[in-house]
Amino acid sequence: MNKRLSPYGFREGFRDGVPIGLGYFSVSFGFGILAAGAGLFTLENLLISMTSLTSAGQVAGVKVMEGVLQAGAVTAATVVEMLLAQLVINLRYALMGVALTQRLDEDMTVGRRLFYGFFITDEIFAVSSAKPHPVGPRYFSGLVLTPYIGWALGTLLGAVAGNVLPLSVTNALGLALYAMFIAIILPPMQKEKGVLPCVLAAAALSCVFAFVPVFSFLSGGFAIIISAVAAAVVMSIVHPVPEKEVEG
Amino acid sequence: MRSYVLVYILLMAAVTYLIRMLPFTLFRRKITSPFWRSFFYYVPYAVLAAMTFPAVFSSTGSTLSALAGVAVAAVLALCKKSLTTVALSACAAAFVVEVIQFGFIV
Repeated sequence: MNKRLSPYGFREGFRDGVPIGLGYFSVSFGFGILAAGAGLFTLENLLISMTSLTSAGQVAGVKVMEGVLQAGAVTAATVVEMLLAQLVINLRYALMGVALTQRLDEDMTVGRRLFYGFFITDEIFAVSSAKPHPVGPRYFSGLVLTPYIGWALGTLLGAVAGNVLPLSVTNALGLALYAMFIAIILPPMQKEKGVLPCVLAAAALSCVFAFVPVFSFLSGGFAIIISAVAAAVVMSIVHPVPEKEVEG
Repeated sequence: MRSYVLVYILLMAAVTYLIRMLPFTLFRRKITSPFWRSFFYYVPYAVLAAMTFPAVFSSTGSTLSALAGVAVAAVLALCKKSLTTVALSACAAAFVVEVIQFGFIV
């Protein structure tokens, strides 16, 4: 725990947050379209983005909700599915949260951690933990502002314009989130050689669950969880990651 | 707003918040187990891969346009372009392919 006060203020955080916010806007626009296509109302889409703030988790959540909408009611199976899907997909935020605690100044009290913990995303974690000096609440208040607004606004416009834009355009925008996922997956492959087999194994399992009729009883959310956990467990045993890579 | 949908939205928000908030607020020491460190390291990539494949191939109007988008995304990602650039370029590639295939559909 660092006892010094952060040299970074609101303005520094705001400046770091703007490019993240722009990226989130374009990606959440795609989410808005996706969720609207799954049958969710505009207000429901917006509420998801304003309360969850997690791209991969929200996409998985919408997959679960497709089943919920078909049933038209709360069911125990889909509740468990939702809990497990969010737990597994967002587990990385727990590790990021742990890593971030090592970078906080003494102004980051428990109450402020309760608040700013909500905003931990891949990009916000990456930018704030890459600062050379400790970060504090004033920096975070600037950093999270544009990404949060961009994420909510993009979702709203995507959900609304998803019904207004020409089909050629909405078809193409459906790719935005998946393209972003590819952009997150590929660069670390060059740095850590275990990532490639891990990604290939997870993708292969996911395809097996999707195309082999025996597994058709598995819903999309569970298929993703099982594929990902199996691939990550096997790779953690076969090829444990050196400490410095995990830190980086 | 349908109340049974709201249940799932709040459930999603609560789980996601707790996962982020609890370690951020409570954790005071380092993870030392090589297995768990590796597991936490691999899981995000495994999840993203499982979510992307095979779903990405049915995310647009045709498999061909999705393939074009994935190819463009992969090349730009390997060139370390920003998430925004990759996402928008992939969409543009898919758009061009679909307009060539089907014409401009309204």
